[in-house]
Amino acid sequence: MKTFAESNFPGRLIAVEGLDGSGKSTQIYLLKRWLEAEGIKVYFSEWNSSELVKSATSKGKKRELLTPTTFSLIHATDFADRYERHLMPLLRAGYIVLCDRYIFTAFARDVTRGCPPDWVRGNYSFACAPDLTMFFKADLEVSLNRILEGRPKLKFFEAGMDLRLSADPYESFKIFQGRILDQYLAMSKEFNFVIMDANQNVEDQQVIVRKLVSEKIDLKKFKRRSPLPLPPALAGEREGKDELEDKAA
Amino acid sequence: MSAKKSHKFYGHGIPRIKGEDLGGRLIVVEGADGSGRSTQIADLVQWLETSGRPTVQVGLKRSTLVSEELEKAQEGNVLSRTTLSLFYATDFADQLENLILPALKAGFIVLADRYIYTLMARDMVRGMDEAWLRNLYGIAPVPDAVFYLSVEPEELVQRNLSKNATLDYWESGMDLGLSRDVFDSFLKYQGAMQNVFKTLQKTYGFDIVDANRSVNSVTKELRKKIGALLEEK
Repeated sequence: MKTFAESNFPGRLIAVEGLDGSGKSTQIYLLKRWLEAEGIKVYFSEWNSSELVKSATSKGKKRELLTPTTFSLIHATDFADRYERHLMPLLRAGYIVLCDRYIFTAFARDVTRGCPPDWVRGNYSFACAPDLTMFFKADLEVSLNRILEGRPKLKFFEAGMDLRLSADPYESFKIFQGRILDQYLAMSKEFNFVIMDANQNVEDQQVIVRKLVSEKIDLKKFKRRSPLPLPPALAGEREGKDELEDKAA
Repeated sequence: MSAKKSHKFYGHGIPRIKGEDLGGRLIVVEGADGSGRSTQIADLVQWLETSGRPTVQVGLKRSTLVSEELEKAQEGNVLSRTTLSLFYATDFADQLENLILPALKAGFIVLADRYIYTLMARDMVRGMDEAWLRNLYGIAPVPDAVFYLSVEPEELVQRNLSKNATLDYWESGMDLGLSRDVFDSFLKYQGAMQNVFKTLQKTYGFDIVDANRSVNSVTKELRKKIGALLEEK
């Protein structure tokens, strides 16, 4: 699997992976804020967020219609939609794309659900590998506590209830997350995960994240050439001025 | 029919489903719109059920899970090719697990109004990788028989126009930009689809039925062949 750099894309893709509650979303959010402030062309994309596929996915989840196979395929459809309509053109246009979860989430979850690993990987083989994948590794107990602290109402598929691991959603969630963690760790070498110590405090982790990113990617190449667009009110003023100038010319 | 006949999958199949548990018969009818597929399937259902054999019918874009969403997305023609391909695969998988496999387990005759071959052919005409498609559809059981109703594109045009007075956007392959003229595009697209089906025939060995003929002669041929198949133990 080639990275975007190896496939001669002008853009670069950075992915974060990890269990729910590993703090990866916070870290990629802070990374995004930094890159934006540096004037870099950056785009953020989240797992399972394509508008088109959303209604089918939520119907499938709500009515518990999904099997391991259709769960896998509907998420692949969602990913393909974001990949083809957003990620590809942005990466062609030289953006830095930040992904909160990438294909490895599917590799870990779907295989835990019983799908054959090479079938899942084959289905996602249209996608290039990230230029940098950071895996946020927290102790299983830490991740579980972060999620379960507030005793949230766990959703059926989120808790892996479809696997019939336990009749208790909390118990099922724990077993399910443990198995996903095993899957992640088993593939971490093959896909060059940079393992991040997610037990550390947020600020210290972010320092490391930023350092890693600036070592891996020559950020000044990704700056916007023109200044960021002005807020709407000012933008209107500028357009008006341009129009006058056009008329004068 | 009482004799249990197991089925194989093209690839890995479906987690926790064993081919040996799948009895019944899986019969596929393939062909373009206007090839007489639906007419022939309706006849087969009638014929089989009258003779006391239970049937289940499946087809494309009929799943509970995604058919509506797929229809909507196609109307706007907003999906890219990999996305559309995976969406169709989801639709197929949902029917596979909820209809086809349970019916086979129960010893029913499943009649499929199109199957993975149409899905693969459509994608191959659009330049998708055959190996990728073969992996994707490794979930599908190998049918007991596949009949491809072959009709010349010129004849298909006549049949579609006499039925609907218009040519369907997708069946004309208009998204491919082969021609801005829908009539032209239809002929080119259906010609290309037939060529891909000929390639697939070599791999999957389906039975090509000359459906340029009258409905009755095609019906006779299908009944004869399926009758023979059901005699087999």
